[in-house]
Amino acid sequence: MVAREFFKSLGVSLWFMVLTFPLVAVRVNTIENTIQWRWANLAIVGVGAFVLSAVWRWALVRRETMLANAASGAGERSVRVWDSPVVTRTLGAALLVVFMGIPWLVSTYQTNILISFFLYVMLGIGLNIVVGVAGLLFLGYAAFYAIGAYAYALLNHYFGWGFWTVLPMGGVLAAVAGVLLAFPVLRLRGDYLAIVTLGFGEIVRLVLENWSDLTGGPSGISNIDRPGFFGQEMTVAGTNIYIYYIVFVAVLVTFVVAERLKDSRVGRALQALREDEIACEAMGIDRVGVKLMAFGLGTAWAGFAGVIFAAKTTFINPASFTFFESAIILSIVVLGGMGSNWGVILGAAFLVLLPEYMRAFSEYRMILFAAAMVLMMVFRPQGMIPARSKQYRIVDRELELSGE
Amino acid sequence: MESVLDVRSVSMNFGGLRALNDVTVVVRDGEIVSLIGPNGAGKTTFFNCVTSIYKPTEGEVYFTPRGSAPLRISGMKPNAVTALGMARTFQNIRLFQNMSVLENVMVARHCRTKAGIFGAVFRPGWVRREEAEIVEKSYALLKALGLHRWYNELAANLPYGQQRRLEIARALATEPRLLLLDEPAAGMNPQETAALKDLVLQIRDQFGLTILLIEHDMSMVMSISERIYVMEYGCLIAEGTPEAVSHDPRVIKAYLGEVEHA
Repeated sequence: MVAREFFKSLGVSLWFMVLTFPLVAVRVNTIENTIQWRWANLAIVGVGAFVLSAVWRWALVRRETMLANAASGAGERSVRVWDSPVVTRTLGAALLVVFMGIPWLVSTYQTNILISFFLYVMLGIGLNIVVGVAGLLFLGYAAFYAIGAYAYALLNHYFGWGFWTVLPMGGVLAAVAGVLLAFPVLRLRGDYLAIVTLGFGEIVRLVLENWSDLTGGPSGISNIDRPGFFGQEMTVAGTNIYIYYIVFVAVLVTFVVAERLKDSRVGRALQALREDEIACEAMGIDRVGVKLMAFGLGTAWAGFAGVIFAAKTTFINPASFTFFESAIILSIVVLGGMGSNWGVILGAAFLVLLPEYMRAFSEYRMILFAAAMVLMMVFRPQGMIPARSKQYRIVDRELELSGE
Repeated sequence: MESVLDVRSVSMNFGGLRALNDVTVVVRDGEIVSLIGPNGAGKTTFFNCVTSIYKPTEGEVYFTPRGSAPLRISGMKPNAVTALGMARTFQNIRLFQNMSVLENVMVARHCRTKAGIFGAVFRPGWVRREEAEIVEKSYALLKALGLHRWYNELAANLPYGQQRRLEIARALATEPRLLLLDEPAAGMNPQETAALKDLVLQIRDQFGLTILLIEHDMSMVMSISERIYVMEYGCLIAEGTPEAVSHDPRVIKAYLGEVEHA
């Protein structure tokens, strides 16, 4: 077994050496018409490929045995740290304290990064309701982000309305838009739904880009008011900290609402819709109503996030709401774990914070991105923190007596 | 006796194919009625027409909810029919695979409870009580069907026979008057089938149900049905007590084929 794996890895290493030979080992010096043989490079490729291949094979084998163990111990569910409420609560409280204090300790630049991180967490949790809980693959999410942002920008620009007036309106507008989009796509699922929502996202962006009279077209809208604080004048750094707290509270609210929804009567109906539409209807759930609800509940958060985004940057244009944005938000959900809100936080940290702090490697970002996705699909297809069904605690004397 | 389900000459066409042809079935209160027939006879199509997943091309379906006059249900939405008091199981198991066993049953309490979005977010007292009641009733049902040991398991991890039982538990959670079972014994061994037979009789008495059953297992059909309807090629070919049906020459022909006389 071990010998076979060894020879396979050796084979991979040799193959890579052959493949890369012309590139790394041969250098033609055209001035002196000589050839330099760089055997050291070739050796590095060989050893590197061998080690990587061996690690890869070892990880795959380990995964197989773990799956086999899990299957043989049917009924036994491995207890995970995340299942314990003590752990999650302590972790939650610690994160709360750290994030409350952070803006006073770090620079404005760092605070800005955290603000955008929180915005993505909010977007991720919102999309998670549609994609993870209700199982409706949705690709145009950035459109609702845009609807929220433009709602504030336009109302502020033309009517001078303030941040706090528009914040709830932005959410409501996005939710209404979500429900309106849901009507024509009620019959669609999976890939087809993804295509239509992708189209919707592009329609919104193109309208914003071309309706120059109203939206300013590609040059966008500038000089949007920052959120007011009882009419107080604030420095730029002060406003930044203020917005930080607004986003932070917004994320907390989003998180708590999404968590509570997930295990409620409504949330269970959404999950049933994800699992099996026909059975869901046969169990007395109104499929149409629940689908509309899923869209409305999911898109409202994008609207709130959009308003905050517009207030933070004070300038928006359609370039902020491209398909790439939707794809990032979807990646956050998928990478973190569909249906898991803790997963979304981790996913957003991975996809928003890491690239920010590893600017030194920015040239390799796409390679690392792809590698991370491949690794995830092989080893943790359910995401970094997979969603789990709620574990109920029921006190049943008879069950305990029967020796379970 | 009061009729619970009254299907009046229902026909169902799929394009040029007539899957049901002028089928009339009456099920009375407290009865166990079976629907048998060779594969492809249209039994499941009939179920889908009764539960309003399909709208019949012709004919009408009437259902009598508890304490109410007969209502025409053909053309209603399936969830509305469930809310009136009709529940079903599926031939190809359709559990909510990635939800726990308990949650599967809890979902089915949907039409008997009413907490909405605001209730879910703010959790006032009545919502918390309602939620506790959902858990309690669902667990009691699991216990009645002997599934309570696995209540926190994923439904997908249950053994096959238990998955069939969970389908029944889930259907019962909607508080039905009429329970439609679509081949509940499919793929079960003789012991499991015998246990299932007892279970069907037990839940009929315990919950005051009327049961309409599609089944291929003749030992089960013959021993628990009060009346049997036999279908072939979308038409009813016989109706009556198990004794009468099992001697009907057309039924024997449909099941065993005809001996060709030279």
